[in-house]
Amino acid sequence: MTAVTEQTGAWLAEFAAQAPAASWVQPLRDAAFQRFAELGFPTTKNEEWRFTNVAPIARGRFTAAPPVELDVDAVAPFAIGTRLVFVNGILVGSSSSLPKGVHVGPVNENAQTHLGKYAAFERNAFVALNTALLDTGGYVQVARGTVVEEPIHLIYLTVGSEPVLHLPHTQPRSLVVVGANAQCTVVETYLGTQHYFTNAVTEIVAGDGAVVDHYKVQLESPEAFHIATMQANLGRSANFSSHSISLGGALVRNDANATLSEGAEATINGLYVVTGEQHIDNHTEIDHAKPHGTSHELYKGILDDQAAAVFNGRIIVRKDAQKTDSKQTNKNLVLSDDAVINTKPELQIFADDVRCTHGATIGQLDEEAMFYLRSRGIGRNQARSLLTYAFAQDILDRIKVVPVRDRLEKVLFDKFHEHGG
Amino acid sequence: MALLEIKDLRATVGEREILKGIDLTVNAGEVHAIMGPNGSGKSTLAQVLAGRELYQVTGGQVLYDGKDLLEMAPEDRAREGIFLAFQYPVEIPGVSNMYFLKAALNTIRKNRNLPDLDAMDFLNLIREKMTAMKMDQTLLNRPVNTGFSGGEKKRNEIFQMAVLEPRLAILDETDSGLDIDALKLVASGVNAMRSPERAMVVVTHYQRLLNEIVPDYVHVLAEGRIVKSGGKELALQLEEGGYAALGIYDEAEAVGKA
Repeated sequence: MTAVTEQTGAWLAEFAAQAPAASWVQPLRDAAFQRFAELGFPTTKNEEWRFTNVAPIARGRFTAAPPVELDVDAVAPFAIGTRLVFVNGILVGSSSSLPKGVHVGPVNENAQTHLGKYAAFERNAFVALNTALLDTGGYVQVARGTVVEEPIHLIYLTVGSEPVLHLPHTQPRSLVVVGANAQCTVVETYLGTQHYFTNAVTEIVAGDGAVVDHYKVQLESPEAFHIATMQANLGRSANFSSHSISLGGALVRNDANATLSEGAEATINGLYVVTGEQHIDNHTEIDHAKPHGTSHELYKGILDDQAAAVFNGRIIVRKDAQKTDSKQTNKNLVLSDDAVINTKPELQIFADDVRCTHGATIGQLDEEAMFYLRSRGIGRNQARSLLTYAFAQDILDRIKVVPVRDRLEKVLFDKFHEHGG
Repeated sequence: MALLEIKDLRATVGEREILKGIDLTVNAGEVHAIMGPNGSGKSTLAQVLAGRELYQVTGGQVLYDGKDLLEMAPEDRAREGIFLAFQYPVEIPGVSNMYFLKAALNTIRKNRNLPDLDAMDFLNLIREKMTAMKMDQTLLNRPVNTGFSGGEKKRNEIFQMAVLEPRLAILDETDSGLDIDALKLVASGVNAMRSPERAMVVVTHYQRLLNEIVPDYVHVLAEGRIVKSGGKELALQLEEGGYAALGIYDEAEAVGKA
């Protein structure tokens, strides 16, 4: 057997052991598993995965995380709005007082026209694996013209294990379908304990003129593997924002992709903080398919110790997408000599009347600012934490869901403080 | 015992020697002016005293209150009562002025064995000092020095000095870039802090600040050495004849302003 078939074959038992799916889901699962077996796990020879070696996952052995009982209120990092909680892949709780025209619950047959239609499993083995192992899934559906004031919170928690031979895995799947001129805010939170592998896929459809604010808060355990793809499809004049805050995990890969129709606007922001031997890779792809689209992208990274991070920002402007206005910025603060950042803009522009700008910076703490703080009696470590925290501040300031922002401010402040000594 | 005693202080930046043997003694209650042309080493001296690591001290000694100042980290110098009003106050986006000042004040108070100020007392204190400096209180919630005008930055330095109540204040060209009204305001803030327990070293290029903050002693620095010392009349003499009257010229490759 080749390495590929050996690695993908190990998942066959997981695939085969699943409870049967609804008749409309099963063909999707089957096709996805077949594609997963063909693709195999990517290696660093694949340009898309050049700086992120997923061998620990490819060579690993995993088993579906077993059901556990948990007090949901005790694990939720923030209490906001309507909540859907998955523990080890099983929907354990929901709280809701939903306005008319809104569904927040497991995937049902209404999702048939959308599920698996956006996140392409043809070209991404992890998306294929998630789709092949598709189970309950979290489904948010907002009818056209409906405004949902309260944020909708999807929590995916994995209770891991000691580093045993077969580690628990979960395959979180979220589908958010927002009708024309509707409005909602969705927060996805990932967290867990000990060793495990989370492989998540989120599909978001914003109808014409819809306004969707999306947040992904990644607070996985320090030992976790976390691979995730978010694919957003924006209708005409839709307005979409996504903030991805990545703090946890040992080996993390986030793909955040958006496809824009005419006049759509996308804001794709992110913050990653890596310490110890963490590795976090953020790939983004903003696809301007039609004219008059606008995209803003700001990713900021903080790296310390022997940690590594990757930022790859692809922007595609199709031949048809005249008058596109696109701006991409990636800024990195590197606090140690041993941390490594690879940052790459990737612009593919096929239209001739567009404005696209991009910039990347990699820097250290400002020595003059350090001296200024210290000259006022503030100790070296505290000055360092203050400036590090300040670097992240403008991303946090953009988070409009106050309990999420407050909680993240505290997590980050503690992290820098503790780390700075 | 003198509050500050500098003996044959030498310092370099990179390969270049900027301070070439400075001797200066400052007692509590005194105000010393250090004047000199561009590139003479005035700002370097101020920064070396505050502990800027950009400069290497290559010789000499500095005693502060009898302790070896050069052995101390910048934050320890501040905690022991040294304050540098920066020529170019640094902008720090993302750190609010309020948070910054509270952190600074409480660490300095801790060193004086005083308890942390509670939120109300802290606010009252800074409101009082801001009013004295005619500063807009909205500056408190803004990031440190970020988007401040030149005059606001200088006033902010003196305001910080008023809050932190140092024993030795070093003012590095606090007058530069100020119009006459702002200059008078800054000077009155400084004068209000003159006391028998506190010493001040006022670094300036021009005499006009010394009309407002009248020094006890004036020293002229040239090419890294103090070449002349005297009373306040020395400043007036410089005002009339310029540095050239003393045979001193701006150094062509001025590096001391960093």
